[in-house]
Amino acid sequence: MNKFIICCAALFAGALANPAHALNVFACEPEWAALATEIGGDHVSVYTATTGGQDPHLVQARPSLIARARSADIRVCTGAELEVAWINLIVQQSGNARLQAGRPGAFDATSAVRLLERPASVDRAQGDIHAIGNPHVQADPRNMIPISRAMAARFAQIDPANAQTYTSRQADFERRWNLALVNWTRRAAPLRGVRIAVQHRSWPYLENWLGLVQVIPLEPQVGVPPSSGYLAQVMQTLRTTPARFVIRAAYEDSRPSEFIAQRANIPAVLLPFTIGGTPGAMDLFSLYDDTITRLLAGLGQ
Amino acid sequence: MHFSTYAASAFAAAALLSTPAHAQGADDIAALRRDMETLRQDYEARVSDLEARLAQAEADAAAARQAAERASQIDVVEGDPSAPVLSEATTPASSASPVQSANLFNPGISVVLNGFVTAASEETGAERIAGIASGGEIENPPLGLSLGESEISLSANIDPYFYGFMVAALGNSGEIGIEEAYIQSTNLPANLTFTAGRFFSGIGYSNETHAHNWAFSDAALPYRAFLGSQLGDDGVQLVWLAPIDFYLLFGAEAFRGESYPAAGAQNDGVGAYSAFVRTGGDIDVSNSYLASVSYLHTRALDRDSDGDLFSGDTELLIGSLTYKWAPNGNRLNRNFTAAGEVFFGNEDGTFNGIPVDQDRFGWYAQGVYQWMPRWRVGLRYAALGSDDPGAPLAGTALNDLGIDPFTATALLEVDPSEFSRLRLQFSRDESGFDPNDILTLQYTVIYGVHGAHRY
Repeated sequence: MNKFIICCAALFAGALANPAHALNVFACEPEWAALATEIGGDHVSVYTATTGGQDPHLVQARPSLIARARSADIRVCTGAELEVAWINLIVQQSGNARLQAGRPGAFDATSAVRLLERPASVDRAQGDIHAIGNPHVQADPRNMIPISRAMAARFAQIDPANAQTYTSRQADFERRWNLALVNWTRRAAPLRGVRIAVQHRSWPYLENWLGLVQVIPLEPQVGVPPSSGYLAQVMQTLRTTPARFVIRAAYEDSRPSEFIAQRANIPAVLLPFTIGGTPGAMDLFSLYDDTITRLLAGLGQ
Repeated sequence: MHFSTYAASAFAAAALLSTPAHAQGADDIAALRRDMETLRQDYEARVSDLEARLAQAEADAAAARQAAERASQIDVVEGDPSAPVLSEATTPASSASPVQSANLFNPGISVVLNGFVTAASEETGAERIAGIASGGEIENPPLGLSLGESEISLSANIDPYFYGFMVAALGNSGEIGIEEAYIQSTNLPANLTFTAGRFFSGIGYSNETHAHNWAFSDAALPYRAFLGSQLGDDGVQLVWLAPIDFYLLFGAEAFRGESYPAAGAQNDGVGAYSAFVRTGGDIDVSNSYLASVSYLHTRALDRDSDGDLFSGDTELLIGSLTYKWAPNGNRLNRNFTAAGEVFFGNEDGTFNGIPVDQDRFGWYAQGVYQWMPRWRVGLRYAALGSDDPGAPLAGTALNDLGIDPFTATALLEVDPSEFSRLRLQFSRDESGFDPNDILTLQYTVIYGVHGAHRY
């Protein structure tokens, strides 16, 4: 009897004294999973919903994702409608009130940066445009600084007990990141002013960062695959304004860029787009190392 | 008895803990220590709170500063590709948060339109299924050019507690129906979700899915025969996701009982109920599945199928399995979806006043393959069977006259964009008494808020 009480009391005390469980993070894409780990360290437990080989727009609300969103304290996504086809459905089906839009558990990386290509008018005749701007902000590593700050602040808001850790880890990340940025910028100097063709309009942030100049996209409208007629038009443009290479993301169909590369006699450059997109893009830092290496290879360097 | 003993012991233990000690001097010191400890903890909590707030304020200030810096720099860089980037490296973009709220506080609106061209070897539009006293909407589109059902949906979060959704369906001849109109909780604890209003039941795999998102133009034969294509009614639903990292969902529903196979809102207006369990997961990065078992019970009073009246109980048990494949989980280029369901049913009651107790069975299997972006082919086979209803009912619709109803369907579809679809579908339909070959060309478009698709 007494033993039972002691046992109960011990269990109860144990439950109270137990340090706060790790912050459960549901990351929509690998880059945000990596950033969450940089900021949270041991205080976060991160689940990554997609891989670098997947088009983040076309993910399905799979049972496994719903089950993992159920227990998340925060979802860390790109936002700007990139995950519009699945994330809300997952949140709704998970029955997890913490992740509902407008709550601290709904974090969009795009909310921390200024978006490019914000359309002046919104009409789907322009294709699958994103009404509030191009969502592919991870292509410019400079964006990681404001995003990491916002993420650290959000983690601190949800898990005040570890606020100090999040703040100091973010500061440490920012210091290391700034050093890496200097290095990347120096390596990427030959890319400045280089003309390129892109398969999908995923790269304005990369172009803006490295000073690449987009000559033409291989899709007539955003998200609309090219017809042969349009590809002929692309060839016409490339004859008058030659591009040095054509880039595409790891998850995209290789055929349009291979088709153009062959006919225009320029390299087709596959970029990781996110962590895991290529074997070399293993973490947040090597993602940009590999991107620059591949772009330089496209120049023949 | 046991509980009260434990409770008493616990109370005694608590009382003991709070009893002041007798050694006065030592007690004062202990009390002081306790006070000090409380104070220390209090201050620590406050300091860490302040630190968190400070960090937030610093981040905000930094973001604002960068926004200003960025605003003055960005044009230089965009205008001149050869401008140095280094100065910018530490001052990335920032601005006010974009908001994903659809049209600010207006509900998200979307419209679905679709139309058909139909050719067939026999007249369409008045289909009957052998051995089934059918209901709901099971007819194929009429021959020639026709407009399908048009839908307008309005959705929004109502407040921090509820989400609201409504779909109005506009029929060909101008009638307006409320297909769905429900509110759904967004803030219940324990991963519970409560829905009330008119909605499609969660039974089976595709019942919840709106017709414009079905893999084929029409519902599979067992859905047409046993559920009038799709079961939707006025009711309530509670679903619960089990607290494990594996997907396990339980759902229960109660309906008014006005929709086929129910009729007449029996049991004081709670004439149908259902329960379902779903599970599923990833086999690996390329393969995933969803499996479910569903049970439906409905009661009917004078359910009218072309003048035939059924009163009594209908039971339906559905087993569903869906499998999806995409190379490395990337659905952009190639993907494959297979779905199969089996249906076991029984109707027990009176048919035109004659007692009936008839078992039925149905199944279908389908596969849809996308072999390049936006192009898909699909195949489906569906079949039914009904027991002999007995001699007194031999001359009625419940007698399938030895026919084993089946349909075999093939489709080819292309999506010009994410929001439009053209579909060519061919069906060999031997579900009724006159076999029919039906060819339809269908367009489906959706415009307005970007929709999401169920698994």
